[in-house]
Amino acid sequence: MHWEFVIPGYLIVFGSLATYVVLLLGRIRAMAQRVPENKRSFLE
Amino acid sequence: MSALTNTLVGPSSSKVSRVVGIMAIIATVFMLLLALVWSPPEIDQADAVRLFYVHVPSAVIALYVAFTITLIGSIQYLRKRSVFWDLLAHASTEIGVLFCALVLVTGMLWGKPTWGVYWQWDPRLTSTTVTFVLYTGYLAIRRMDLDPAVRSKRAAILGIVSFANLIIVRYSVEWWRSIHQSATFGLDTQLDDLMLFTVFWAVVTFLLIFTWLLIHRFRLAWFEHQASTSSLDDAIAARRAERSHPPLAGESV
Repeated sequence: MHWEFVIPGYLIVFGSLATYVVLLLGRIRAMAQRVPENKRSFLE
Repeated sequence: MSALTNTLVGPSSSKVSRVVGIMAIIATVFMLLLALVWSPPEIDQADAVRLFYVHVPSAVIALYVAFTITLIGSIQYLRKRSVFWDLLAHASTEIGVLFCALVLVTGMLWGKPTWGVYWQWDPRLTSTTVTFVLYTGYLAIRRMDLDPAVRSKRAAILGIVSFANLIIVRYSVEWWRSIHQSATFGLDTQLDDLMLFTVFWAVVTFLLIFTWLLIHRFRLAWFEHQASTSSLDDAIAARRAERSHPPLAGESV
C-alpha cells in the first residue's frame, strides 16, 4: 500500500543524485582542460 | 592536512575517491534491498514508511553534515582567508542544497498518505524551506560578478548567519505545536529492529555518497579557481610583455 508515493520518491532521489553525478563529472572534465597540468594539484 | 588536500584535488580521480565510490555503490544496492524488499511495512503508515529511509538520511546529510561544514569553512575563511576553506564551504553548500531539496520532496510524498496533504505551513516544514532558500541565496552570491575576495567574504557571512536557522529547524517541533513528529531517534524510539537498522544503514550510505560528491565538487571548485587565476596571470604577463616592448613611432597603442 502507498507504493504510488514510494516509487516516485525513490526515483526522484536516486535520479537526482545520478544526474548530479553525471553533470559534476562532465564539469570537472571540461574544467580540467582549461587548467595547466602543473596547476591541478592543490599543493603546488 | 596535506594527505587530505591531495585526496581532494588530484588531477583525476584519486585512489581514495575510487574506493569511496565503490563503497557507496555497494552500500546503495544493499540499502535499496533493505528499504524496498527486506524491511516490513509499518502498522499505521504501511509502505509509506519506506520513504523514511531516504527522507531521514537526506535531512541528516543536508542539515547536520553539509551545512555544518559550510559553517566551519566560512568561519575558517574569515579567520585565515584560506582558499581551501572557502572552496570547501562552497562545495559543501551546493551538495547540501541538493539534499535539502530531496528532504522537502520526500517529506511531501510521505505527508500525502500520512497527513492527507502534501504541504502544511507547519514550523518544521516552513523552517526547512527557509533553510533551502537561505543556502540557495548563498549559491547565488557565489555566482555574482564581484571581486573574488568580496564575494567569498559575503558568502562566508551568509554561511554563518544561515546556520542559526538550523537551530530553529532542529527545535521547531519542540518550541511550537507541529504536525511533524518530534526527533526520529531518541531514548524512547520504538521501531522494529530491521527498520531501525535500515535507517542506520541508509544514513551510512548517504554519508558515503556525500563524501564522494564532496571530494569531486571540491575538485571542480579548485579547477575553477586555478582557471581564473591562470587567465589573470596570463593577462598580467601579456601586459608586462607589452610594457617591456614600447610601441614604435607611428604604431597604434
